[in-house]
Amino acid sequence: MKKRYLVIALILLSIASLFIGVKDISPLELFDLTEEKTQVMWISRVPRLISIIIAGVSMSIVGLIMQQLTRNKFVSPTTAGTEDSVRFGILVSLMVFTDASPWLKLLVAFVFALLGTFIFMKILEKIKFKDSIFIPLVGLMFGNIVGSITMFFAYKYDLIRNMTAWLHGDFSSIMKGSYELLYLSIPLVIIAYLFANKFTIAGMGEEFAINLGLNYKQVVNIGLIIVAMVSSLVILTVGTIPFLGLIIPNIVTLYLGDNLKKSLSHTALLGAVFVLCCDILGRLIIFPYEISIGLMVGVVGSAIFIFLLMRRKAYDR
Amino acid sequence: MVEIRNVSKQYGSKNVVENVSLRIAKGKITSFIGPNGAGKSTLLSMISRLLTKDQGEILLEGTEIGQCKSSDLAKKISILKQTNHITVRLTIRELVSFGRFPYSQGNLTKEDWKHVDEAIRYMELGDIQHKYLDQLSGGQRQRAYIAMVVAQNTEYILLDEPLNNLDMKHSVQIMKVLRRLVDEMGKTVVIVIHDINFASVYSDYIVALKDGKVVREGTTNEIISAQTLKDVYDMDIQIEDIDENKICVYYA
Repeated sequence: MKKRYLVIALILLSIASLFIGVKDISPLELFDLTEEKTQVMWISRVPRLISIIIAGVSMSIVGLIMQQLTRNKFVSPTTAGTEDSVRFGILVSLMVFTDASPWLKLLVAFVFALLGTFIFMKILEKIKFKDSIFIPLVGLMFGNIVGSITMFFAYKYDLIRNMTAWLHGDFSSIMKGSYELLYLSIPLVIIAYLFANKFTIAGMGEEFAINLGLNYKQVVNIGLIIVAMVSSLVILTVGTIPFLGLIIPNIVTLYLGDNLKKSLSHTALLGAVFVLCCDILGRLIIFPYEISIGLMVGVVGSAIFIFLLMRRKAYDR
Repeated sequence: MVEIRNVSKQYGSKNVVENVSLRIAKGKITSFIGPNGAGKSTLLSMISRLLTKDQGEILLEGTEIGQCKSSDLAKKISILKQTNHITVRLTIRELVSFGRFPYSQGNLTKEDWKHVDEAIRYMELGDIQHKYLDQLSGGQRQRAYIAMVVAQNTEYILLDEPLNNLDMKHSVQIMKVLRRLVDEMGKTVVIVIHDINFASVYSDYIVALKDGKVVREGTTNEIISAQTLKDVYDMDIQIEDIDENKICVYYA
């Protein structure tokens, strides 16, 4: 797959995304929009497109970073308890500060995400049995434990309805004024690019990294901070998009290998294209209603995940 | 020169390396031999700062390695551990280019690429340089890793069981390469090795370890003797002179 094709696909899908919706806007009238249509464009369609692209890009990239740092193809925010920890953090922020501002929610969610991911990394260090499937299973179990604690308190304090919004990724509620937090992901993605080489070396193992004079622990920590922050941002603004950070990097590394400097831009582009596809499909299938992105990516993604598991022989070397 | 003074390492209450003092001569191949659990790999890891020592000093050109910045050490000393289970999918060329990381932090200059090209040529990997590591045979992969170390261009090269899982042909090939690194490029090579005949034929100095202590050290000629080997391995080993090489016969 050439990068050029991905860019073209991204541009075409972006344009399509802008003109799909209940309010019928045709590309022909772009320069002659009524005031109402202009508003639809700027309040709903454009923010939606931007958030899709940022979420797709950043979630795929953090997935790739996680897989590199844990040296396991099946680890991602979904399968390492990161996403569950974010939701736990959001719940805590709702419980403790009833009218939590987005910034406060973000901070608490981030702290929990970081903590959850660190706990997972610690568990990983302790596991003697390094089977490539076993590790994400442990992560899923850990995530489910955190998730059930979250659910318990959500029921107890009658916050379950607030929580479902973050359980399920959904772009339909994205509007001007509700998604801007997501822009914070952009500098994080840039940092990920700058550290690409270091992540690749860290992915070769601690001893390999030390031999080359890399500060291994620092690089791993920076990676995990990026992972926790991006997961928090995306879940807070869009909701959970399961499996995204797992399937996209896996598909890209299949044909590009594990050199992050080479694969990062492809991963970013493919992530955006994939989420855009799923979102457009979700909007068209039961038009004028919508299937949420969480469900769309969940269905398509889990199918691809199973496929990747079946061909895991390729990874067991 | 690397000087090791009274170095010890404990795991729990067990002394893995106990009060070891050694000097590793420049421009030579030094082999660490000894039975399993003698502390050879632990000692090598401490020299290369992969492991911290509990007691003692390790001086590299007169400076304690604990005082050196890790990124500076990466330009002076390199270590290869047993690398058979690395799962990262990189091409040979990409791997070798990481050897320049200590100099370029990942943004390779023309000069860096020249080193990469030379290392690939030196290890005769030119034809397969764009192949992925997982497509290579064990011997090719080991050569690729050594090429990376060559590109890293350190004075000291430490290898932990470089012949592990290699057949005879590839083992000889690797040992010849190490010999050339010393003879042609003036490197100092330290290896942990199990096959005492490879140690006997290719190394200049041998350090025999047992139970975390140095039993004997000296030139290859001094160490490869029936008495010394009996002290180290607790078995009778017959030594034959074949073409000026001392070959140990220990199979029966």
